[in-house]
Amino acid sequence: MSTETVDNATKMFEFFARINAKQLVQSLVIPIVGVGIFLMLWGLLAPKVVTSLGAVPGPSQVYAQFQTLVEEHKEERVKETAFYERQEKRNAKKLAENPDAKTKIRPYTGNPTFFDQIGTSVFTVMAGFILASVIAIPIGIVAGLSKTVYAAINPLVQIFKPVSPLAWLPIVTMIVSATYVTNDPMFDKSFVNSAITVLLCCLWPTIISTAVGVTAVSKDLQNVSHVLRLNWWTHVTKIVLPSAIPMIFTGLRLSLGIAWMVLIAAEMLSQNPGLGKFVWDEFQNGSSNSLGRIMVAVVVIGLIGFLLDRTMLFLQSKVSWDKSVALR
Amino acid sequence: MSIPHLEITGVNMDFPTPKGPYRALENVNLKINKGEFVSIIGHSGCGKSTVLNIVAGLYQATAGGVILNGQEVTVPGPERAMVFQNHSLLPWLSSYENVELAVKQIFKGKKSKAEIKEWIEHNLSLVHMEHAMHKRPDEISGGMKQRVGIARALAMEPEVLLLDEPFGALDALTRAHLQDSVMEIQADLGNTMMMVTHDVDEAVLLSDRIVMMTNGPAATVGEILDVNIERPRDRIEVSEQETYNHCRHEVLRFLYARHGAKEEDMPKEEKEEKATVVKLASSNIEGEAEPLKAGTHG
Repeated sequence: MSTETVDNATKMFEFFARINAKQLVQSLVIPIVGVGIFLMLWGLLAPKVVTSLGAVPGPSQVYAQFQTLVEEHKEERVKETAFYERQEKRNAKKLAENPDAKTKIRPYTGNPTFFDQIGTSVFTVMAGFILASVIAIPIGIVAGLSKTVYAAINPLVQIFKPVSPLAWLPIVTMIVSATYVTNDPMFDKSFVNSAITVLLCCLWPTIISTAVGVTAVSKDLQNVSHVLRLNWWTHVTKIVLPSAIPMIFTGLRLSLGIAWMVLIAAEMLSQNPGLGKFVWDEFQNGSSNSLGRIMVAVVVIGLIGFLLDRTMLFLQSKVSWDKSVALR
Repeated sequence: MSIPHLEITGVNMDFPTPKGPYRALENVNLKINKGEFVSIIGHSGCGKSTVLNIVAGLYQATAGGVILNGQEVTVPGPERAMVFQNHSLLPWLSSYENVELAVKQIFKGKKSKAEIKEWIEHNLSLVHMEHAMHKRPDEISGGMKQRVGIARALAMEPEVLLLDEPFGALDALTRAHLQDSVMEIQADLGNTMMMVTHDVDEAVLLSDRIVMMTNGPAATVGEILDVNIERPRDRIEVSEQETYNHCRHEVLRFLYARHGAKEEDMPKEEKEEKATVVKLASSNIEGEAEPLKAGTHG
């Protein structure tokens, strides 16, 4: 290697190092400082507010509560495995004594832990959201393509959109308990209630955004489609959908964000299992640890909401043809 | 008497506006023979593109109609392929896939998979785009996009190729190259071509006939000029010919001296002012054309 290339290489390295240093400050150091200031203020101010459950916990107490929750979860799991092991041993013994004996494994009925509740909530929100998207995207496409369909559904969408899904909750509960009657339900009624509530709030933003995205397909591309005499299906899949993808995703992200907020509230209100129930139970519990445990839930709810949104962004970057569009 | 290949008869076009219908075209008549290259030239907003859109079937004439090979044109179709001003490629498909969309639509069931592939590649090589076949529109230059647009239109094996200001958005050098390509292709394939343009040199260089349109509203065909220059045409040789300069002069005279603006509406003093502006305008056009000629090396 000649000295010149080495020189160039060093220059390049320095150049990139400088850029990276600047970017590093922007993207990492400053956010950390921001969060740090927030935690400091929290730590300083929280003890000054005294409630009937004691002082408002600061960051360190909340973290301690988080560790307790982890411990509780682990203990519960240990109990559960022990419970199943005992049953298996008993069954094995029974079979050894009498090979024809009927054995069965009873499901573990311990309390759901904080982490079980997280799992329930995430599963519920995804189920409702995916179902809603499967319904809303085709409706949006048809509404965007046909002025008649749009005129027909527009008043309904406009009226139902501003309704808080919580207002639906009693109706949904009544209808589900009346119609979802089976001896061997695949899903719990509470799950069906929550999922339908989520579905109802996810429909509208997705329908509207999809319809807007479809209407906005450029006139030129529509002309191309006309000249080629593309049939309806090819027109939709080759021209309409790719153009509308960014708007569809805007609607989906909006929906998922609302859905997550609504689900927590619905769980609190209807005592369906999930993070909302966890918060409500802790509130009713009223121990000196309750506030800390609720704060853990608040932070976790925020983090999950953030992760859900990032997941949608990631999906969009995978699906969308236009990688140059800044995804925020 | 033989039936003309493409016949536009008595076409009127009204566009609805809040103040009532706006008559863009009135009684447009034009007969085009097979294999002919016809340019439509006129000032902005005179409805040249509207004529083309009616032939394409994208607009429906209010009165009159278009007949292609004895059949009336009512809907768009691949036998009247269009090259759009802004290329109109699907940005999410590569050049190859853009042409493929058209080819599959037209030749599905008529050509085998291998033949389809060969046909797509053949058309891309006609416009010298074989090297960037698998690039997407945002990865290639404006001129290359327009080439792909032309390849897509050619791949439909159209009876008539409609070009709507195809080189309007390109720089002079690229435009010259593409004009040469179009002449080459027309010499090879003998397509009937109808081009809308506002570039006088382009019209004279490429056309067999130049249709000059009057100003709107109620624009119509003003004059038709035959360009009797032998093909193949070389832009440098041609530019020295008397016929070429005569044709240019005729078109400029029509556009600026006779239809520069609605002179009959103006008071007398303004008319005189206008005359000077006309001179300036035509010298401007020539000035614009200079780099185009200078920049051509074959």
